[in-house]
Amino acid sequence: MRYEAPTTTKEAASLIAGEKGEAFVLAGGTDLLVRMKTGLSDPDLVVDIKHIPAMQDIKTTDSGTKIGGAVSGSRLNSNKKLKKAWPGVVEATNLIGSDQIQGRATMVGNLCNASPAADSVPAMIAAGAKAVVVGPTKRRTVPVEKIATGPGRTSLAKGEIIESINLPKRTGKSGDAYLRFIPRTEMDIAVVSAGVNLTLEKGLVKTARVCLGAVGPTAVLVQKAAKAIIGSKLDEESLKKMADACSAACNPISDKRGTVEYRTKVAGVLAKRAAKIAFERAGGK
Amino acid sequence: MAKTHVTTTINGDLKEFLCEPGDTLLQVLRDELGLTGTKEGCGSGDCGACSVLINDRLVCSCLVLGVETNGDVIETVEGIGDSDKLHVIQEKFLEHAALQCGICTPGLVVSTKALLEENPNPTEEEARYYLAGNLCRCTGYDKIIKAVLDAAETMRESA
Amino acid sequence: MSEAQDFKYIGQRTIRPDGHDKVTGRANYAADLTLPGMIWGKILRSPHAHAVINSIDTSKAEEDPEVFAVMTHADIPNQTASGVQNILAKDKVFYHGHAVAAVAAVTESAAERALGLIEVDYKILKPVMSIDEAISNDSPLLHDDLFTKGMAEDPAVPSNISSRNELSKGDLEVGFAEAEVIVEREFRTATVHQGYIEPHACTVRYDEDGQSMIWCSTQGHFAVRATTASMLGIEQTNLNVIASEIGGGFGGKLPIYLEPVALVLSKKSGRPIKMQMDRNEVFMASGPGSATRNWVKIGAKKDGTITAMKAKLCYEAGWAPGSSPLGPACMTVFTPYDVDHQYVEGYEVVVNKARCAAYRAPGAPQSEYACEMVINELADELGIDPIDLRLKNVAKEGTQTMYGPKLKAVGLVECLEAAKSSEQYKTALKDNQGRGVASGFWFNVGGESSVVINMNEDGTGTIVEGSPDIGGSRASMQMMAAEELQMPVEAFSAIIGDTQNLPYSNPTGGSRTTFATGMAVVEAAADVVSQLKERAAATWNVVPEHVDWKNGAAINTKGEGVLTAAEICGSAAKTGGHISGRGNISARGASPSFAVHLADIEVDPDTGKTTVLRYTAIQDAGKAIHPSYVEGQYQGGSAQGIGWALNEEYVYNEDGRLENPGFLDYRIPLASDLPMIDTIIVEVPNSFHPFGVRGIGETGIIPPLAACGTAVSKAIGIRMSELPMSPPKILKAIHDAS
Repeated sequence: MRYEAPTTTKEAASLIAGEKGEAFVLAGGTDLLVRMKTGLSDPDLVVDIKHIPAMQDIKTTDSGTKIGGAVSGSRLNSNKKLKKAWPGVVEATNLIGSDQIQGRATMVGNLCNASPAADSVPAMIAAGAKAVVVGPTKRRTVPVEKIATGPGRTSLAKGEIIESINLPKRTGKSGDAYLRFIPRTEMDIAVVSAGVNLTLEKGLVKTARVCLGAVGPTAVLVQKAAKAIIGSKLDEESLKKMADACSAACNPISDKRGTVEYRTKVAGVLAKRAAKIAFERAGGK
Repeated sequence: MAKTHVTTTINGDLKEFLCEPGDTLLQVLRDELGLTGTKEGCGSGDCGACSVLINDRLVCSCLVLGVETNGDVIETVEGIGDSDKLHVIQEKFLEHAALQCGICTPGLVVSTKALLEENPNPTEEEARYYLAGNLCRCTGYDKIIKAVLDAAETMRESA
Repeated sequence: MSEAQDFKYIGQRTIRPDGHDKVTGRANYAADLTLPGMIWGKILRSPHAHAVINSIDTSKAEEDPEVFAVMTHADIPNQTASGVQNILAKDKVFYHGHAVAAVAAVTESAAERALGLIEVDYKILKPVMSIDEAISNDSPLLHDDLFTKGMAEDPAVPSNISSRNELSKGDLEVGFAEAEVIVEREFRTATVHQGYIEPHACTVRYDEDGQSMIWCSTQGHFAVRATTASMLGIEQTNLNVIASEIGGGFGGKLPIYLEPVALVLSKKSGRPIKMQMDRNEVFMASGPGSATRNWVKIGAKKDGTITAMKAKLCYEAGWAPGSSPLGPACMTVFTPYDVDHQYVEGYEVVVNKARCAAYRAPGAPQSEYACEMVINELADELGIDPIDLRLKNVAKEGTQTMYGPKLKAVGLVECLEAAKSSEQYKTALKDNQGRGVASGFWFNVGGESSVVINMNEDGTGTIVEGSPDIGGSRASMQMMAAEELQMPVEAFSAIIGDTQNLPYSNPTGGSRTTFATGMAVVEAAADVVSQLKERAAATWNVVPEHVDWKNGAAINTKGEGVLTAAEICGSAAKTGGHISGRGNISARGASPSFAVHLADIEVDPDTGKTTVLRYTAIQDAGKAIHPSYVEGQYQGGSAQGIGWALNEEYVYNEDGRLENPGFLDYRIPLASDLPMIDTIIVEVPNSFHPFGVRGIGETGIIPPLAACGTAVSKAIGIRMSELPMSPPKILKAIHDAS
């Protein structure tokens, strides 16, 4: 195994594109090193992206906030502006593992690991986040929901690296929230999860995005669920409609962490609870 | 296989070592540098026994490559407290009998130090959540949390 | 012992002698020793739960330049030694993770890589993964020569049922005829693991001229020596086993897994060997505790008098017959109750899981869980407070146990009364919250303990004991020696002797160390006192009977004169040589420890999530030598029991492969999962111990299962029976009921 620590994204992309064997990006390493330890991955090349300045940035501009691919959860958590604008996204990222993991783990790593249960992903999708993908020759910007294509699989071509996540600018009354179910209070992988992002106008939900995790091969953006609450004040009836739409959108498996029935039922429960938190954060009453 | 030369500062001392690119910091600490106070409980970031500080950030050393730490400042349990005087956290762990078998203790001492540097006055709940990544199978955590809160109070008073 | 002794040192909260090393990282555990020229050993494990080994081809691994030695079962010198087939499988693998071969190579990663060069040809068989499967008529047989032991008539055909046990007293028919209310229910518990944080590891060096060495983490280094010497066919005197610091055991570090393999690899390679299990190997191939299916029926009169108790227990042994704790399960199931008519029958079955190991009060948590759940249901049926129902039928001094002895003075009444007047029991609960109370009983053991106290020239003493210290027992040994010699605790150090330093000692287990090894320390200390008195008498030219020992000094009762231990030891060379005291005992008189726990749990009715709000553990310690470490045992046992009740379980796939061999998905409680665990130490002295000690290490894991099980059931208003009561099970029960 070779270890490289380039200082530009392009260089990193070229290294990976040029590697004949297995090549991996190393950001926080909290998934990659576990894969190496358990023999699931045996890389020929590991490219550490933490020395690339663009990967370490958190930048707020007129169009929104750009979070570099190597920014750890604990750094997100200490960014007050970001926490205020996107509390759901930050909370979701901070739910990944322990404080030790937070010192290393990144949102982009969480996304590229492409686990259906990734915590930050439903929150990012609900937020309408976009990924800036850099290859050896060109860059492209894609919605986060287009990255994972199945468990452990992404739409990224060999040599393509996500340099940053762009969160849209917050305007008006808006709020987001993310909740997951785990049997313990920490350290577990989500059994089922829900991210909700909404804006208000005159006390009513104007726009909404609802995204579920761990209920299918990838995170599921549930448009019917969003529709159910748009125009409402989150009254019981619209919440129930939303929860039903969530449960209907579930296509989970039964595994060591939960059953099909459990995930399907609890998806709706979590979406409801997350919607209420997002609503409150947006100033809704 | 070619080994990589890495220069770090560990517990205040300049340390140079050679490691293979795939070696974890935990392996380097234990097998190359003889710093066996850092323990391996799982090798997958689930137990916290290998907790160390890198540039003041708490991490599991089993999830860090040795080659990544070039230029870094690392603190392990061996660097906590002076040779003739224990750190308050260590004293409180002993006073409260916050250890039984003791295998999780080095990791907990390191994590507690990180916690109290970040939050000198944690609530019981904050302490419990911060230390959730440090598994202990012996104590039920009761005496650990009491030791941590007592250490926090003592450190605040002497600050 | 006399009643109400005044103690000078016992009962204090001293700083443990090994504490400094443990908080600074200096303490050396199993994986912390490196020897010059050392290489690494690794084990190849079966990917199948049940398969015949057609052949093993190690030639490619042997040719690898980084490999120093390769071995299989055939390389174990004594093929008939006990337990040898779990060390390395012979011709069949019985569980996912069963060891089949081992290599030694220059580094750990080289050894791991070399495992991939070993080719094993398996004929895969259908695995048997549960009690129900094991006892069904069309189940595959694990062992075609296994005939159920303990049947009235020897069975004609083999089966997966390895043994039957039975205990009884009185006449059940009479008892149930007297009953006005009867409750019966079946319970299931899952396969669990001890979950110690330190993986099994050892460093060994084979020496052709004798004096081979094993450094390892074990609850019993003498047992490691006996087993390893037997498997290698060497004399015990030629093998020294050094007990490293041990990072948790809970019974799981009684069995031996790596040491004989490592020693054979060392012999073959001519190099010292280190072996260390990965966490997934720990979960796959060590531990676990039996999964069970237990049925209990209890009858009572309307006034709460229990008239009859009947149980049918079924325990998994893993693949190896005789490995379940069925015996203790039967002994303990009904012991908290003084009821004339009791009967239990138990069966052990073999399944394609790792060989079961002892786990804290082995067998008792599962069987007593079933009993305590039924007792709580009975209390509801009768409209009697569950503590009052227990008090009405409580086991006490003179109660005849099913398994033999009558109980001596025990503290269950005191525990129940303390529970009833506890803060927690008086606190009101809110919606979606439930409270459970449960008792627990463990008999405790005594056994063989060897201790030497070496007196130094300055009058201090070194206690050399043979019981690996898992939880702070060295502190207790210091305190007991200090008490007996009436010298400060700091005058003593305590160490665990190698197998070369002491005669045999039983492993640390059965809650025996503070009791039995403590007795040996007291005996050794008394031996020291009598020698010190003799030397003083010789100095004064009086008979020893005229010398008293007080406050760490000899006093001449027939004249003037005081000689301190330091003075006597300092001039020992002139009075007959240096002094050591010996206590090599086989301790009798271990007395049970009863406990009562209270659990308050809230259930989120929409997700089934449980939160332990409050917990109190009350237990009889006889006499708490070091109260902090006694409380620690109560709290630690509670936490393990809470994990067992709520979340912990082995999950196997349809091929019998373990799906959660890690701390990520084998979910032991975290700091954030638990509240403070309040403790109440009850002290009803054990008259057989000089200071009144009872073993207390194990009982604490028993009551949490039914206390939590009842609390969950009450919180949701549905009687749950299967452990763990994980969120999917709870939510399903809620939905099925509505």
